[in-house]
Amino acid sequence: MGVFEQVKAIVVEQLGVDEATVTQETSFEELNADSLDIVELIMALEEAFDMDIPDEEAEKIRTVGDAVNYIKENK
Amino acid sequence: MVLNESVAIVTGGGRGIGRAIALELAAAGVKVVVNYAGRSDKAEETVSLIRQAGGESIAVQADVSQAADVDHLVQMALEHFGKIDILVNNAGITRDGLMLRMKEADWDAVLATNLKGVFLCTKAVSKGMLKQRSGVIVNISSVVGLSGNAGQANYAAAKAGIIGLSKATAKEFASRGIRVNVVAPGYICTDMTETLPEGVQNEILQTIPLGRIGKPEEVAKVVRFLASPESAYITGQVLCVDGGMEM
Repeated sequence: MGVFEQVKAIVVEQLGVDEATVTQETSFEELNADSLDIVELIMALEEAFDMDIPDEEAEKIRTVGDAVNYIKENK
Repeated sequence: MVLNESVAIVTGGGRGIGRAIALELAAAGVKVVVNYAGRSDKAEETVSLIRQAGGESIAVQADVSQAADVDHLVQMALEHFGKIDILVNNAGITRDGLMLRMKEADWDAVLATNLKGVFLCTKAVSKGMLKQRSGVIVNISSVVGLSGNAGQANYAAAKAGIIGLSKATAKEFASRGIRVNVVAPGYICTDMTETLPEGVQNEILQTIPLGRIGKPEEVAKVVRFLASPESAYITGQVLCVDGGMEM
């Protein structure tokens, strides 16, 4: 499974959204995630990919694609 | 019992109100992590009392005003019992003195343990609670945090601060099934109040409608209620256990 598919699966589970609504361009805001949802999502990504995402980096992650790119570049 | 198999951390659980809370929760079937700062003998005593009654408990040293200590406390709780369902922020100190005489160090010490400690412990357990979508936090404030008290500017400020912190946390975590409430004890018979001069104690009695000093167990029972599903629809509240002082 590629990084996008993995991130997508986590987003679907964490935010309880339909798989079909999640693309690279989808922002978490569009998926009705509030600020606590996003913090929890970042925590789930950190755990799944066994990495630390610093707060100042996490703030820049607004879309599914942002998350995928950050993980690819820093993993 | 409704609390069976839950796990709790009680800060400052070695003596006084904290010990009564630890024993009360343990009697309801809760596995209790008894935190202490300095008096390991007292904490071990609490643990022995729980074990003698057939409960499970460990003592863990940690200064709640130090983030590294708090992380260690939470780590130990998870290692021994696998999860944390209940956090009781009870640890507290006093450094009383009139405003004009209060040293900056006395202000800092009381705010660090009594208020920052609540923040650090709450933060440390919240990750797990958010994930499990359940949890209960009970913060021990004081009637002094509501009414103020001459000679306790630092203590009153910290205890009032706990109320604001608790309400903010209650709002932040409510959607995740985590409840946060405050118990504000009045004058309770502990080491902390026993040191008061007799004259002061008599004066205090005049201000208590129920006409007597409270017992630690009377606070502990309210904490147990707030920690149990019996209070499932209560969050962000302050419950005074003070013989009617504040009403």
